[in-house]
Amino acid sequence: MKKAFVNKKYCVACGCCLTTCKMGAITIPRGVYAVIDDVKCIGCGMCAKKCPASAITIKETATDE
Amino acid sequence: MNKSKKWYDYLWIFSAIYLVLGFFNILFAWLGMICFITPLMIAIIKGNKAYCNKYCGRGQLFSLLGGRFGLSRKKDMPKWMRSPYFRYGFLIFFLTMFGIMIWNTYLVFVGADLKQVVTLFWAFKLPWHWAYHGTLFAPWVAQFAFGFYSVMLTSTLIGFITMILFKPRSWCVYCPMGTMTQMVCKIKSHNKEN
Ligand code: SF4
Ligand code: SF4
Ligand code: SF4
Repeated sequence: MKKAFVNKKYCVACGCCLTTCKMGAITIPRGVYAVIDDVKCIGCGMCAKKCPASAITIKETATDE
Repeated sequence: MNKSKKWYDYLWIFSAIYLVLGFFNILFAWLGMICFITPLMIAIIKGNKAYCNKYCGRGQLFSLLGGRFGLSRKKDMPKWMRSPYFRYGFLIFFLTMFGIMIWNTYLVFVGADLKQVVTLFWAFKLPWHWAYHGTLFAPWVAQFAFGFYSVMLTSTLIGFITMILFKPRSWCVYCPMGTMTQMVCKIKSHNKEN
């Protein structure tokens, strides 16, 4: 399954990804960086396209979960 | 997205009006202090980036122009521009220039002549006397307004250029306010964990 991953080093916590995610899978706890909820994320990649810091990558996760 | 619009989704209107007002009366520049104080207060008191995430009119304006109006190539920014070195470096540069602007305000406060210019990109001086009609306040109030408006206009233009070249909200990557509020949030969050 595909999921979104945030590179903490590059995330600026701007929140462009927040409103983009239809699944409501993204939060920015305490304004530090974006956190993806693996359960909600469907790996659509919308957030990665929007992210100005290009901090999000969509990766295949282990299928046996 | 089916989410209904909230009141704060329209704050971009104020950001647009702000830039226009500076062409008529420079003293309106003082209103820009709201965009400096509010995000820092939210970060310091609440410990989050709600300002960037919800209320920032400038971010919304770039989203709108680069997104719906299609004024953006929507390409990745070069890696060096997204790096923490560049972000923190730009913050230091920005704060230094801000300090010089405050110093110039001080000089007028102690008697130097008011300079009715708006300085673009910290280098090009544009005559701007047509937006100054004398002031009820002391001349330094107007000097600060000219300086502050220069900062706001310059940063908007830089943001506009990177919006066109890269992604709509590229400015947010190296925005000094964004960097500062994230720094405050990181420190606060770190303190809480220990
Ligand atoms: S859009 Fe990118 S930089 Fe901004 S909060 Fe989301 S992951 Fe972080
Ligand atoms: S990949 Fe899609 S579902 Fe997952 S966080 Fe990004 S926008 Fe949301
Ligand atoms: S990073 Fe700067 S421009 Fe972007 S939302 Fe935050 S304060 Fe506004």
